[in-house]
Amino acid sequence: MSDEMSAIFREELRDLLESLEKGLLDLKSRPTDMGLVNQVFRDLHTVKGSGAMFGFTDLAAFIHEFETVFDRIRAGVLPVGPEILRLALAAKDEIPGLVDNEPDPDGRRDGILAALVGLMNPGQPPAASAEAGAQANGQGPAPDLPAAPSGPSHLRFRLSSGAFAMGARPEILLDELRGLGATEITADLTELPSLDRLDVEDCWLGWSMSLPAEISAQQLEEVFMFVDADWSLVPAEPAAPAPSGDAVAETAVTLHAPPAADTAPPPAAAAPPGAPAREKPADAAGATVRVPAERLDALMDAVGELVILEARLTELARENRDPALITTAEQITRLAAGLRDATMTMRMVPIRSLVARFRRLVLDLSDKLGKPVEFSVIGEDTKLDKTVIEKLADPLVHILRNAIDHGMETQEQRAETAKAHVGLIELSAEHAGAEVLIRVRDDGRGMDPARIRAKAVAQGLISADTILTESQIFALVFEPGFSTAEKVTELSGRGVGMDVVRRTIESLRGSLEIESKMGHGTTVTLRLPLTLAIIEGLLIEVAGERYTLPMASVQEIVELPADKAQPKKSGDFLDIRGRFVPFLRMRAMFDCAGQPGPEQNVVIVMSGENRVGLVVDRIVGTNQTVIKQMSKLHAGVRAVSGATILGDGSVALILDVAHLVGMGRSQQEPQGREVAA
Amino acid sequence: MRLQDIKRDRTVTVVTMALGAQTLAIPAPLLREILDPLPVTRVPGAGPHVPGVVNVRGSVVPLADLKHVLSITNEGHDERRRILVLEITLGGEAAVVAISADAVHEVTTVETHLIEPVPTTAQAWPPDYLTGLYRGASGFVLLPNLEMIFANLANQL
Repeated sequence: MSDEMSAIFREELRDLLESLEKGLLDLKSRPTDMGLVNQVFRDLHTVKGSGAMFGFTDLAAFIHEFETVFDRIRAGVLPVGPEILRLALAAKDEIPGLVDNEPDPDGRRDGILAALVGLMNPGQPPAASAEAGAQANGQGPAPDLPAAPSGPSHLRFRLSSGAFAMGARPEILLDELRGLGATEITADLTELPSLDRLDVEDCWLGWSMSLPAEISAQQLEEVFMFVDADWSLVPAEPAAPAPSGDAVAETAVTLHAPPAADTAPPPAAAAPPGAPAREKPADAAGATVRVPAERLDALMDAVGELVILEARLTELARENRDPALITTAEQITRLAAGLRDATMTMRMVPIRSLVARFRRLVLDLSDKLGKPVEFSVIGEDTKLDKTVIEKLADPLVHILRNAIDHGMETQEQRAETAKAHVGLIELSAEHAGAEVLIRVRDDGRGMDPARIRAKAVAQGLISADTILTESQIFALVFEPGFSTAEKVTELSGRGVGMDVVRRTIESLRGSLEIESKMGHGTTVTLRLPLTLAIIEGLLIEVAGERYTLPMASVQEIVELPADKAQPKKSGDFLDIRGRFVPFLRMRAMFDCAGQPGPEQNVVIVMSGENRVGLVVDRIVGTNQTVIKQMSKLHAGVRAVSGATILGDGSVALILDVAHLVGMGRSQQEPQGREVAA
Repeated sequence: MRLQDIKRDRTVTVVTMALGAQTLAIPAPLLREILDPLPVTRVPGAGPHVPGVVNVRGSVVPLADLKHVLSITNEGHDERRRILVLEITLGGEAAVVAISADAVHEVTTVETHLIEPVPTTAQAWPPDYLTGLYRGASGFVLLPNLEMIFANLANQL
């Protein structure tokens, strides 16, 4: 198999396993939902089918038993129980190993299979189950079978001419049919054209064979499920004539494989409706295209360059005052903006892709710690740039772990406080302007500010007389080395983690905050930018140097009143429509020489929940800011989050408003504490 | 790059450059390009060793001042000033950095047995920062240990 085909299969497999896991986890809370059972069955069946098609025969064999169990559930023979779900999740975890040909020296896989089969046949030893499994395959219990026919039935099949292009492998089909007991297999060469008309890429062969009489059309349907084939089965003559002259056995069942409709003859009770026609793997290419992530990155880089060049072109056109050039530049500006938007949209991924793995995490943790937890997700469709999504996984895992390990009370404690027996953890995502807010809320014991404070003092993070607001105290848990866990558990309490969370979120140009109420729970809110690639920026000038402020944080721009032009000893405030807004002088913060001009502006920005003014010399204008990362050599300059290249080719730094304000406060604090209000 | 690593080969190709009155040799494989002076954007709060960034063909590249790092006296500069763009390993990853040179002299091949360790008594330079030195046509030529220098600069901030 070519690497490319294998990659396609693996990619599909990842999606299928994700969907499978979600289905199994959802079944835990809704065990009687037949839609979910059907979904699980379909996922398993697709994994088996494409696995076999791509030559992963061990995988297909493994899934077969697994699938049989769900087929029985589907048929209503077997109820969904916690043991089945536990085994099913364990079996699902083995699939990647099977695909990668990892050895299984402890026989773990066989153990899981045996346990699954054992569940199916509580009375029987596992060895006898293979037969039972085969019977359960879409059919009701044995008594419902028609009278045993004698003599073989005959199957003919022919692949569509384009089947090879879609990955069909006749030898695998034949192997599978041989497994069902096919004999006298002959190739049908009648359609083979003369050599000059023969296209070797097309399939010209057909096959015919004899099959044991008990092979049903439905079993064959499974064989042909993933190939585009015409096949017909002429059933064997029954041993005795049908009692009432039923014509069941006389007509050949002819099918075109893909719309696997209700052609199956067994009793209606055995095959529940609602299993929709399945998508063949090859069809997926029609509506959506899978693109490797690095190509999207390359496209984004190219668009970034284009936007920079477009700015340069616009500036040159303006300097030259050539009307034709200006018109062309304007058109290019429009095109570049369209291309930029299209590219950014392409890179947006719903947060759902992340959430799937969290469901499992929460389930496993709540089992391990004996704290029953209900995990709900709101806003799964909220989209974020894929780079942001990728980097969010680890921080969210940390936060969720903390919520269960530290936040959630034990069952006994919950009973004492008259809280619901099952704890609640809610993950929600929503858009807010140019940001996405992701919240993890639990209804656990909440955080104790006094205890955190005492711990921080004990660890020397703050001095005993530091005055802190409650939110500042909660923010201490993000400090390196901070941990209040009394003992180090396997899950948390090592004091690494939360500071990593903060660093990751900040590297994404986001921020995070904690709200908590003793006894009622904790909410961690992450604020993240929609994209990391291009932002709308406000270009400002300070002492001849230009900087970009993210437009998302800019609230308004006012003139600096003349009486505030010179720095004063005490704290400076602006009166903006009756509200006092503290402000920072950028010239002082950036150690600029010289005196500012007579007219200075103040950019009012939002930093967390506070409005802060930044005094700048001049507003240059808005621009499309293509974000370039700063090198490691400047990683410690927290007030700068990146850089961008302007139309004239010079570099402008992108300022990180939150850090800038924090830096300004610490610089000013010695002179006037009131600024830090 | 340590001295014994350099000595593994019989010769080493270097680009020599001037910093003040001192001549430095940069291993040629590290050098990506030599550029005329570029507008430098100051990074506030970055300190004197890597005070700014420059635009090198669309990338934002940090510009280090080795004069400051190696405590070499500034003697002013003229139109012979250049920017050397280097590709080095920084924290296990490839990184592009730039250094300013008061002048770039030549590309030359040095026999490695002529390169000597820096005398530990020579306190003018931090010893970690120099791989070795050799006698050139007009005085000593220093081989800076660029990997070590930039690794330290990255950790300082």
